[in-house]
Amino acid sequence: MSLATKTTARPAEGFRVTRGRRNVAWTGLVALIVVVVLALFPYIVYSGTTAILVQAFIVLTLASMWNLLAGYAGLVSVGQQVFVGLGAYFVLIVAINGTSPFAALPVAVIGCGVAALPLWWLVSRLRSGYFAIATWVLAATVMLIIEKFSSIGGGTGMPLPGFAGMDPALLTAYTYWAGLAVTVVALATIYLLLRGRLGLVLTAVRDDEVAARSSGARVGLARMLVFVVAGAGCGAAGAVLAISQLQVQPAAVFSVQWTAEMAFATIIGGLGTIEGPIIGTAVFMVLQQTLASYNAWYLIILGLVAIFVALFARRGLWGLVDERINVRLFPVGYWLRVDEARPRRLARPRRG
Amino acid sequence: MAWVNAIIQGVLVGGLYALFACGLSLMFGVMKVVNLAHGDLAVVAGYLAIGIIAVINIPVLWSFVIVVPLMALLGYVLQRTILQGALDRSVLTTLMVTFGLSVVIENGLLQFFTANSRAIGTGLALVTGSFTLGSQIQIGYLPVVIFVVAVVVLLGLQYFLSRSKYGRLIRAVADDKEAAQLAGADYRHVFGIAAAIAFGTVALAGIAYGMYSQLSPTTGTDTILLFAFAAVVIGGLGSLWGTLLGGVVLGVAQQIGAQISISDEVLAGFIVFLAVLVLRPQGLISRGAQS
Repeated sequence: MSLATKTTARPAEGFRVTRGRRNVAWTGLVALIVVVVLALFPYIVYSGTTAILVQAFIVLTLASMWNLLAGYAGLVSVGQQVFVGLGAYFVLIVAINGTSPFAALPVAVIGCGVAALPLWWLVSRLRSGYFAIATWVLAATVMLIIEKFSSIGGGTGMPLPGFAGMDPALLTAYTYWAGLAVTVVALATIYLLLRGRLGLVLTAVRDDEVAARSSGARVGLARMLVFVVAGAGCGAAGAVLAISQLQVQPAAVFSVQWTAEMAFATIIGGLGTIEGPIIGTAVFMVLQQTLASYNAWYLIILGLVAIFVALFARRGLWGLVDERINVRLFPVGYWLRVDEARPRRLARPRRG
Repeated sequence: MAWVNAIIQGVLVGGLYALFACGLSLMFGVMKVVNLAHGDLAVVAGYLAIGIIAVINIPVLWSFVIVVPLMALLGYVLQRTILQGALDRSVLTTLMVTFGLSVVIENGLLQFFTANSRAIGTGLALVTGSFTLGSQIQIGYLPVVIFVVAVVVLLGLQYFLSRSKYGRLIRAVADDKEAAQLAGADYRHVFGIAAAIAFGTVALAGIAYGMYSQLSPTTGTDTILLFAFAAVVIGGLGSLWGTLLGGVVLGVAQQIGAQISISDEVLAGFIVFLAVLVLRPQGLISRGAQS
């Protein structure tokens, strides 16, 4: 923020620092319209379509959280399924005690955020690759512990109570709105976090960790905050998953497949941009729906594409779009603009 | 007596875990690559052995002679192509690529060979037999043979890395690959050799596991990779003896857990892993010797 005020306060030097090349107000307006139209979907499309969209919301929320971890904080976690599972179980526990599963959504978010703290304390002792497997071990451990409690279904899981007598059409619509709300809140949270101080610290760390530390950036704290936010976000997605599936099975909610899906969607769409996971989720859903009758093939193909993209098109599909038209739907960096008679671009925008 | 038996069984299976772990440890030590597909490669080796035995009908032990060099060759090729390509970009990319490989391999096996568990039938008297110690402890020959092979392989690897000319070259490249390059070593080739060794050991361990227990497409991640990693962390990063100790501690913890309740076998091992992570994050034997 201080950068923007300082430089814009000296217009005599002939340049301005702005968030976007164009006015971002119209992107905000478009986003609002998209959300409103999506919110009206239960009235205009079949329930089969909304069910698919709920899946898309879950994947998009997960992918955005994984992007925050890997793309911004450099934390490759392959154990994010621990939060999907915990989120689902928070909903189950609240529902067993007689409260509406929808009311359990905030409980799942807060619960997973809190659970992320001790888990971070454990895995933050290890770096990069070993951090990745440690998160995986943690996810397996948490699942094994939860399976020991027979009151919440033990090793086989149990159906989600609390929907008896509810109109199926209404349930479908509520589930859809819950999914939409979770996704919008998740994206808005990430956008606002990255625009603020946290985004600045993370960008500094990505460029040069030693320099960032010596300038007083509290790197450990920033990474912990990202891990907690990602935990809460994946927990919210897990809660929506439990509501949309109407049952909770430990092996299904704690499956590493969730991490595979969020990672592949992010990598294909473009790591390190907010737009990337959105495009990645679209690709993911199209592939999954087309190959639905071929079992695991969609994951095999997605995995191969993700490997290819990670090696040869590191900025993903959004990176390819960005190279051509150079826009940010969610600007979190700054542009340097020169106020000359013939304005020309001085610097490329900072990635992010 | 049941407890003594559990400890003995735990020590023996610990050797197998150490054999799984040493390849993971070697690749991290030399190339800073954590191969998330490590366990799946062990399963691939096991399935290859099953396939070869079924198709050309050779004695079981010959499958090692064919599969281990084949996997070592695969390791060299994979390192020189995909893994080196990822390394040239960033450590993050190696994680994403190996995770992608892991998911692709696992689901590929699931697609082509179903989710059924398979064992490598040996039919050898040595494998099915056992001897008794005292009156109540019964020890199978196979776990003993596997343990001995694991210790011999670890000893050999230790000797190779610390004494041989090529081992010195690998250590030099692990220390500083640019300096080694300036001194005339082709570090990419050395990385390939290290990967070949790692893949060879994991293939050996994978076939042994297929004889000892059963392999299914998901064994690679939910068992082999996680156990190998736990063994590495418990023992201490970067020490082969630590890895052996880590494998043994993990094996004993699991067997003791199984004595308490059969469903607690895996959990007990992970709890010991977490305890070590909290109390002694550098591992039981802290960084000293090789790789």
